[in-house]
Amino acid sequence: MQIKSITRDPYLYIFLIFALYPFYPFLGKFISLGSELLLFFIFTLSFNLCLGYTALPSFGHGALYGMGTFGAALTFLHLTPGMGIECALIIGGIAGMLGAAAVGWVIRNKKGIYFAMLTVAFSQVLFGLCWRWDEVTGGESGLTGIARSSFLGMDISGSIPYYYLCFGFFAACAIIIRVIAHSSFGMTLQSIRQNPIRATYLGYNTGFYKFLVFTLSGFFAGLAGALYCFLAGAAFADIFDWTKSGDVVIATLLGGGTASFYGPIVGSLIFLICKELISAFWEHWLLAYGLFFVLIILICPRGLMGLCDRKEQ
Amino acid sequence: MAILSVSNLKKSFGSNLVTNDICVDFQEGELVSIIGANGAGKTTFFNLLTGMIKPNGGTVMYKGADITGKPPYETLKHGLSRSFQVVSLFEEMNVLENISIGVQSALGLRANLFKNFKKNDEIRVRSEEILSQIGLFDKKDFPVGAISHGDRKILDIGMALSNRPETLLLDEPMSGLAKGERSRITDLIEKLRKTTTLIIVEHDMDVVFKISEKILVLHQGAVLAFGDPEAVKRNKKVQAVYLKS
Repeated sequence: MQIKSITRDPYLYIFLIFALYPFYPFLGKFISLGSELLLFFIFTLSFNLCLGYTALPSFGHGALYGMGTFGAALTFLHLTPGMGIECALIIGGIAGMLGAAAVGWVIRNKKGIYFAMLTVAFSQVLFGLCWRWDEVTGGESGLTGIARSSFLGMDISGSIPYYYLCFGFFAACAIIIRVIAHSSFGMTLQSIRQNPIRATYLGYNTGFYKFLVFTLSGFFAGLAGALYCFLAGAAFADIFDWTKSGDVVIATLLGGGTASFYGPIVGSLIFLICKELISAFWEHWLLAYGLFFVLIILICPRGLMGLCDRKEQ
Repeated sequence: MAILSVSNLKKSFGSNLVTNDICVDFQEGELVSIIGANGAGKTTFFNLLTGMIKPNGGTVMYKGADITGKPPYETLKHGLSRSFQVVSLFEEMNVLENISIGVQSALGLRANLFKNFKKNDEIRVRSEEILSQIGLFDKKDFPVGAISHGDRKILDIGMALSNRPETLLLDEPMSGLAKGERSRITDLIEKLRKTTTLIIVEHDMDVVFKISEKILVLHQGAVLAFGDPEAVKRNKKVQAVYLKS
């Protein structure tokens, strides 16, 4: 029974596919793409706790990712230079969480388009701040020279060890996020998404739970951003730009985050492969991607996983 | 002492006064029906009692505590719950899950991050008890979109029971129901009145005069009459504006 449920678990296959990624004939050469995919998975899964589970249109979610990136970069460059990246990763996650908590508390009772616009405004304020504050963020030039060395004593300077570090974090975050999604708290979020007024009458302070999930999501987004800073070896202000937030929204909707827990992973896979591989051969790849997105949303408004119509939550 | 005491309650939307200086006391264990024409302010009165909207003036006291303007999740803690005129369910969940959401809240598990909702026996057992009480146990695995309107109405009441309230407000529990389904709701109300204070907004006068201990008549947002059914029936003002036929 136990073995049967494990073999039916989509995570088993997702983990297997990505555990073997460096050995694939063609894709294996693009190790950085693999790492970026894993980090984007964490990012979209965290975002989907807001959008798919709670119907919170956090369209400035890239800001939380960016806070993780800069939090980790600044920690690594100024507090722990030449040391392991553990502390920087923790600070990155906390930076995303604190940013989300600060904004989330203010906008927790806002709904729909107002919530969406306020999160976008927040990300643009950070973008402007980061762009102008040369002394701290490096301004236009960003922060560079972030050379990862070790994690818990293990050498991660090579691209393959770092890939497996990202894989480890992805697996851990993915499992934790799924546990949360299936927990009582996850059910609380779903009730708020489906009928917030009724949820209030059943004892749920909906504003508080929106704040909680936004903050929690901020931690995972920040952690993904922190890992990204060591993948890129740099942190640039454009990570706060609204287009970064747009990427995660499009990937989540395309995959079907509102239909399935695994939707964001499917959407991220398609988005990043199109972005990184097709763009190398065809500079107008966004045209094809945009048309594909429109087509999918027209045929199946709940995204690709909505076609299966199997609601995992 | 009254379990629920309303004093000088006022609410207006712009220049439109919808609740006009309502003063009324509800005693513990009573079944009180609220009647009045459409637009008399019955549902607004419920919304004011449960904190869905804030009054412009007046107070609502529940068991001696001031609950005026407190949000629904706070008034629920005091023991005040409600059902809705237009059923208000979680449409993507099944019947059992709809009840379980309320039970989970009652058990204080709202923010538990690591306990699997579906594998929680405490939630399941208590939810099934409520489903048995309201007669929907056999349909516990049905999606709520697949059950009849009568069942949905009953489920709506069942959800309001999930926190074991001392006082239950039922907003037109029989609206849109056929005769057979109305009797199911009446039976349920008779069962509930043994343990719960009930305040019911209802248009079916036969039912109202049959089951109520007291009747509150609202007219243009104000109290027109309040008393036992016979007194209300004889009241000239009530006859003139509401019981004309």
